[in-house]
Amino acid sequence: MDNIGLLLFVFVLAIFLGLELISKVPSQLHTPLMSGSNAISGISVVGAILAAQQGEGVVMIVLGTLAVALAMINVVGGYLVTDRMLGMFKHKSPEKK
Amino acid sequence: MTVETIVPEPIIQFLYVVASVLFIFGLKMLSKATTARKGNFVSSVGMLFAIVATLLYIGIDYKWIVVGAIVGSVIGASAARLVKMTSMPEMVGLFNGFGGMASLLVGWAEFHRITRGDAPGILFTLIAIALTILIGGITFTGSMIAYAKLAEKMETKPILFKGQQIVNVLVLAAGVLASILFVRAGNVAGYPMFAVAVVAALILGVLVTIPIGGADMPVVIALLNSYSGLAACAAGFVIMNNVLIVAGALVGASGLILTSIMCRAMNRSLANVMFAGVGASASEGPSFQGEAKTVGVQDAYLMLEAATSVVFVPGYGMAVAQAQHAVRELGDLLEANGCEVKYCVHPVAGRMPGHMNVLLAEADVPYEQLVEPQDVNPLMSNVDVAVVIGANDVVNPAARTEGSALYGMPIIDVDKARVCIVLKRSLKAGFAGVDNPLFFSPNTRMLLGDAKASITAAVAEFKE
Repeated sequence: MDNIGLLLFVFVLAIFLGLELISKVPSQLHTPLMSGSNAISGISVVGAILAAQQGEGVVMIVLGTLAVALAMINVVGGYLVTDRMLGMFKHKSPEKK
Repeated sequence: MTVETIVPEPIIQFLYVVASVLFIFGLKMLSKATTARKGNFVSSVGMLFAIVATLLYIGIDYKWIVVGAIVGSVIGASAARLVKMTSMPEMVGLFNGFGGMASLLVGWAEFHRITRGDAPGILFTLIAIALTILIGGITFTGSMIAYAKLAEKMETKPILFKGQQIVNVLVLAAGVLASILFVRAGNVAGYPMFAVAVVAALILGVLVTIPIGGADMPVVIALLNSYSGLAACAAGFVIMNNVLIVAGALVGASGLILTSIMCRAMNRSLANVMFAGVGASASEGPSFQGEAKTVGVQDAYLMLEAATSVVFVPGYGMAVAQAQHAVRELGDLLEANGCEVKYCVHPVAGRMPGHMNVLLAEADVPYEQLVEPQDVNPLMSNVDVAVVIGANDVVNPAARTEGSALYGMPIIDVDKARVCIVLKRSLKAGFAGVDNPLFFSPNTRMLLGDAKASITAAVAEFKE
């Protein structure tokens, strides 16, 4: 499978890209960055959907549905809480002066 | 995977590429203060694209997916709305764990599918499954322990026992060996070994997290964050899906960067944080003796009232006392009094990266007043009063003394301010078990008692 080589290639580039993208983060943003990236790691919902849909047999359905639920907690909870936090950070500077 | 698709494959792939690009832009924007909120939104749109593309790909039967999605969304949304900002470390810990578990389940489902087929699985897929369940399992239980420690549902001190490292290595070896066996079997005969590998990973997650103490939690949370990304990444290799690999790798990388920032802020190696169990026992090193000068609220108020520049240094004690609102109120009164007020936050103050910043932001402390140690330290001798609120190790001058357990850790030089007021419950040593000579320094005044009560009292003095 030459597909495999391509996947590894993408993986290595993505790691380097990630390290490059976020090399300088002010400490104010450490927590939002964590919860925001946490939401992104909920991307396993894609795998979970595929698994749940394959639904041959009870085991697959249970595993898939549970995985979808857990991943969606991450996605929805992660994005919302990050937004809430960043909202608190924001509107100060204008009203300050 | 052979499934009926309702939309041509290239379109799906294109949507995945769009999603990946949105994740990349979102993350980049998330690392800058001015664009962070928009960045989070951009990344959530990316997620929407990825999910819609996947649903288009598989077509009709959404029944169980909808059930799972609704349950997960409701739980996630209510948690995000209801969580108190003081409980953010626990929540992040919990979410890391869920991410790890979701990936583990994806790996499991795929293995189950293979065992039901006639042909043995592809070697590459099986190896990816092994990695997914190992990383996912460690992330899950590790995060649960971190959660329990942060929520103080269990002992926050390091739990150490004899031969701990050996036990860890044995469990890891068992997990790896079982993985090799089920990968080699590649069919239903491998199921028992698969189960052993899952259990070993779950146990290992517990074992590696229990020896880590409260003040080292920022490192662990950042590391588990990275793992949850890597688990998703491994799951991406299992189902051969690029968007999982890209998104997972980005999260893995960002978690690694945070981890290294945290380690650098303590001048310790990751290995030292993970295995040393600092704080378990009183550590050796030079001890400091002397008499600490205590001060009452009244005198503290007089010092603050006369000051033209004040720096607040918050630590975990501020979170425990929930004193952030009182602190902001005092800061505002000082400003109204013509004083320059800054809040200096050490990167590892608190229990997760950025913990203090979140609390101060919740209390409406303006962004510009939050400064980092390297910006304040050079100007410290011009600061009239440094107010330390429940911080200890991050302001411990022993870090400048060779031989101290804290030696080399970059600290906030509050001892160089003209006067330093330390709000603290008692004169006990900090988490690292190292005496703090700051308390005995001639220009330090100890204001003992509950931080919130003390500050509220000072605020009341101001208002009179």
